Amino acid sequence: MIEPSTEEYSAENGPNLTPELAIANLQSSDLSLRYYAAWWLGKFRVSQPEAVDGLIAALEDEADRTELGGYPLRRNAARALGKLGNVKAVPSLIKCLSCPDFYVREAAAQSLEMLRDKTAVLPLIQLLAGGVSQAVQVPGRPHLTQPYEAVIEALGAIGATEAVSLIQPFLGHPVPRVQCAAARAMYQLTQDATYGELLVKMLDNSDLKLRRVALGDLGAIGYVAAAEAIAHAKAENSFKLIALKGLLEYQLTSELDALSLSDHAIRVMKLMDSLL
Amino acid sequence: MTEELIRAVTQADTPARMVSAVQNLAAAKDPAAIPTLIAVFGYNNPAAAAIAVAALTELGEQAVPQLLAQIDDYNYGARAYSIRTLAAIADPRAIDVLITAATTDFAPSVRRAAARGLGNLHTANLSFSQSQTALSALLFISQDSDWSIRYAAVVGLQALANVAEIQQPIRARLKEMLANDAEKAVRARVLLAQSQ
Repeated sequence: MIEPSTEEYSAENGPNLTPELAIANLQSSDLSLRYYAAWWLGKFRVSQPEAVDGLIAALEDEADRTELGGYPLRRNAARALGKLGNVKAVPSLIKCLSCPDFYVREAAAQSLEMLRDKTAVLPLIQLLAGGVSQAVQVPGRPHLTQPYEAVIEALGAIGATEAVSLIQPFLGHPVPRVQCAAARAMYQLTQDATYGELLVKMLDNSDLKLRRVALGDLGAIGYVAAAEAIAHAKAENSFKLIALKGLLEYQLTSELDALSLSDHAIRVMKLMDSLL
Repeated sequence: MTEELIRAVTQADTPARMVSAVQNLAAAKDPAAIPTLIAVFGYNNPAAAAIAVAALTELGEQAVPQLLAQIDDYNYGARAYSIRTLAAIADPRAIDVLITAATTDFAPSVRRAAARGLGNLHTANLSFSQSQTALSALLFISQDSDWSIRYAAVVGLQALANVAEIQQPIRARLKEMLANDAEKAVRARVLLAQSQ
């Protein structure tokens, strides 16, 4: 369900920008420059107030449209705002959750996940209306009616315990990636190992992409009991290292000066060493 | 005998048959199998490649010249297996290849394997100038922007600290990383290195 073009640029092959130029380009008459500038501001985490304000304004853009009625600039602006970490963007991102463009809703949910602001909980919950039976494929499109994966992950990350009973049924959703998102959120909201183990089981799935998703989820929730299963999963070492790094970081709660390494942390690092 | 086993590898037509053919060839422990085992790295069959890595590592120093000569410049997956094997055999003749891989390869998997290997070379057979060169390479990549490369550099530096003459700069660099590295995971690995 991820839009294929998310990382279509590399920093080398676009126009040379400065933060000032990128902010100005958000209002360029050339729509492609606007689109690129929004991506660039997020990529290089330009968090000055003018960038945040410019991107918030871009969430209302009407000029840049696809044939199917999508809003490319809004998508990029929504994605960038998550990376900039300024909660000023939250109300506008919440508004984007009712945008007719699926990919704008998805980007907004992903960014709200990053900003972790409680005020997003109710609007996110509303996207789960109708439950699993409404969560079906949109005819002719490569996505479901709502960005369930992103919405559920956001609710888990924000700590929306009030959403537990709404998320749990999605463990039985026919799309495995949605199941993963539900298991991830349920673990975050309940700390019940049953849900961590559901993700561990996904590491045996025959689909490599799904195994990578499960690795990412286990890293994000820091489920340390999965360490050996992660190290032995059939996936590239880079994905396993990122997952184990997530586990390790959950073991390192104290400040560094006072940091003493727990046995869990040492165990995780030994596994990481073996994957170099 | 080995010729037949080699033929079985080249003729394997399913991933599973490939794995068992490589297993049989590995079990022969015959130096004549070396080129074929190296070629397995390029077959995009991780299970078979893992068996080939183990077999070549066991064959040890006699596999080093061909491992060095047969590095695949066009397939980074295969290259990572070669570097991992050279790192595991730890023969100092691999030092130049490991330095080039650690500092200039575009593939992080190759660079990480090389960084770990640079620390692991049999230090008894390493000349002073060689350990100096390995040290400079590891110090250089310990400033990489990719956390996983810096993590691997710490692992390499920790192992290289077995060479008494260069312990001092290694300790100094680790101390600096503990104070300044942006990633908690890297700082934790430094702590582990310092405690060992």
